[in-house]
Amino acid sequence: MLKRRIIPVQLLLEGRLVKSRQFASFRDVGDPVASSRVYNSQYADELVFLNITRDDRSVAPLADLLAAVAEVCFMPLTLGGGIRTIEDVEFLIRNGADKVLINSAIYENPSLISTAAENFGSQAVVVGIDATWNDAQARYVLHSDCGRLPQPVSLEQHLETCMEYGAGEIMIQSIDRDGTMEGFDVPLASCVAALCNLPIICAGGSGNYEHLKEVFLEADVSAVACGSLFNFSDSNPIRAKAFLSNYGLPFKIV
Amino acid sequence: MIGVLDYGMGNLRSIYNAIEETGNDAVLVDETEAFDDLSHLIIPGVGHFRTAMAHLRQRELETAIKAYAGSGRPLLGVCLGMQILAAAGTEGGAEEGLNLIPATVQPLSASDTLRIPHVGWNTVVFHRPHPIVDGIKEGRDFYFVHSFSMQCEATDDVVATTEYGAEFVSIVGQNNVVGFQFHPEKSQINGLQLLENFCDWDGQC
Repeated sequence: MLKRRIIPVQLLLEGRLVKSRQFASFRDVGDPVASSRVYNSQYADELVFLNITRDDRSVAPLADLLAAVAEVCFMPLTLGGGIRTIEDVEFLIRNGADKVLINSAIYENPSLISTAAENFGSQAVVVGIDATWNDAQARYVLHSDCGRLPQPVSLEQHLETCMEYGAGEIMIQSIDRDGTMEGFDVPLASCVAALCNLPIICAGGSGNYEHLKEVFLEADVSAVACGSLFNFSDSNPIRAKAFLSNYGLPFKIV
Repeated sequence: MIGVLDYGMGNLRSIYNAIEETGNDAVLVDETEAFDDLSHLIIPGVGHFRTAMAHLRQRELETAIKAYAGSGRPLLGVCLGMQILAAAGTEGGAEEGLNLIPATVQPLSASDTLRIPHVGWNTVVFHRPHPIVDGIKEGRDFYFVHSFSMQCEATDDVVATTEYGAEFVSIVGQNNVVGFQFHPEKSQINGLQLLENFCDWDGQC
C-alpha cells in the first residue's frame, strides 16, 4: 500500500535556515545541514528546500548545500527557489536533487515543465503554487515571486496547465496560513485534490498533529509539508506518524 | 570497485554517496574501457526509456553493458536503469531495451482514483529468496517514483512485487542481473542494506 508522506520544509535565506509567517518576518532557525541530519535520523519521508533569498535568485548557492546534505541524507531531496531555465533544473539534478520545485517561472513559461520532464522524467518536476483567499473576488488568487506578484490565472486553469505540460506533483501552499500554526487551508487542499489527479503535497499552517490528521482525512492529499511544526515545537515526524496511525492513516515502516 | 554508470541520465551523486556509505569504493564510469576494472556495475537513471537508450547508444555503452553482463559479474539496474534491462519499453515511443531480462515496460494502469506518477513509500513483497534481499524484513517500505513498470515473462525472474492499482515487479533477478524499481539510495537504512548486499554479492544465486 502506498503510504502518506510527512515532509519537513526548510526555507533558506542567505544560507541560513529561516521560518516565515505569511511569507514575511523571517526568524533564524539554524543550520540546514545539521537539521537535515536530524530529520534523516527521524526517518522523515522526504526533504524540501526552498531558497527564498530575494535579491539574488540564482540557484548556485543551493548546489553547495545539496552536496553537504546528500552526504548525510539517504532520502528524496526536492530543491526550489529561483529556477528559471532548463539549465537551472539540470544544474540542481546533476548536483544531487531528486526533484525540483518550480513556481514563478511556470506562469510565463509553462513549457519549462515539459522540457524538464522530457529530460529528467515528470516525477522530477514538482510545481509549487502559492495561493491566498480573496474575499472580494470570492476565489483563491495565485501569486508568484515569493508571494509578491498576484497572477490573473485561476487556480483551476493553472492546474490544468501543469497537468497538460506534464508536471509530476503539485505542492499547494496557503500564504494566509504560512507560519501561523493554525492549521492547513483544508478547503484549498480539497479543491486542488479534486481538480488535479497528480499527487498533492499540502503546505502552510500545520501547528500540531490534529492539523495533519484533519487534512489527511478530509482532503485526498498524498503528503503534508511542515515548517513551523518541526522548527518551533518538540514535534517530530516519528511522533506525528505514531499519532496519525491511530486514525487508520498508513505510514512507512522502517 | 563498484561502477556507477554515468550516461547523462539524472542524479548520480546520491547513489555514489550511498555506495560510499556502505563502506565500498564507488567510481563513476562513462566509457567502455573502464568496465574491465569493475567488480560490480550499477545502472542508475531517471527520465524516459527512449532517451536513456539513445544516450547509451550515443556513448557506445550498449554493447559494453551486454558484454559485462555476459562476464557473470553482478549488474544492478535502479528505477529507469532496471526498466532498460527489459526487452522493450513504450515510454516516449516503442523502443528496444538492453534485452537482458525477458520483460516489457508498460505504463502503470491509470484509473480515476489512482494518482500518477506513483510517488512515495510502498511495501515490497518478496516472492522468493535471493542473496540481494538477505536481512531485509518482510513488509518494509521503499521509495518509489515512476509512471512505468516492468512485467516479466518468467515468474522465476520476479523477486518481489509491489501493489499500486495493480501488482508490478519491484525487484527483478535473473542470474547475475538484478533490478530495483524503487530507489535504494533514497530508502534510508533498508535501502542501504540492499546496496550493501549487492556490493557483497558474487553474482551467483
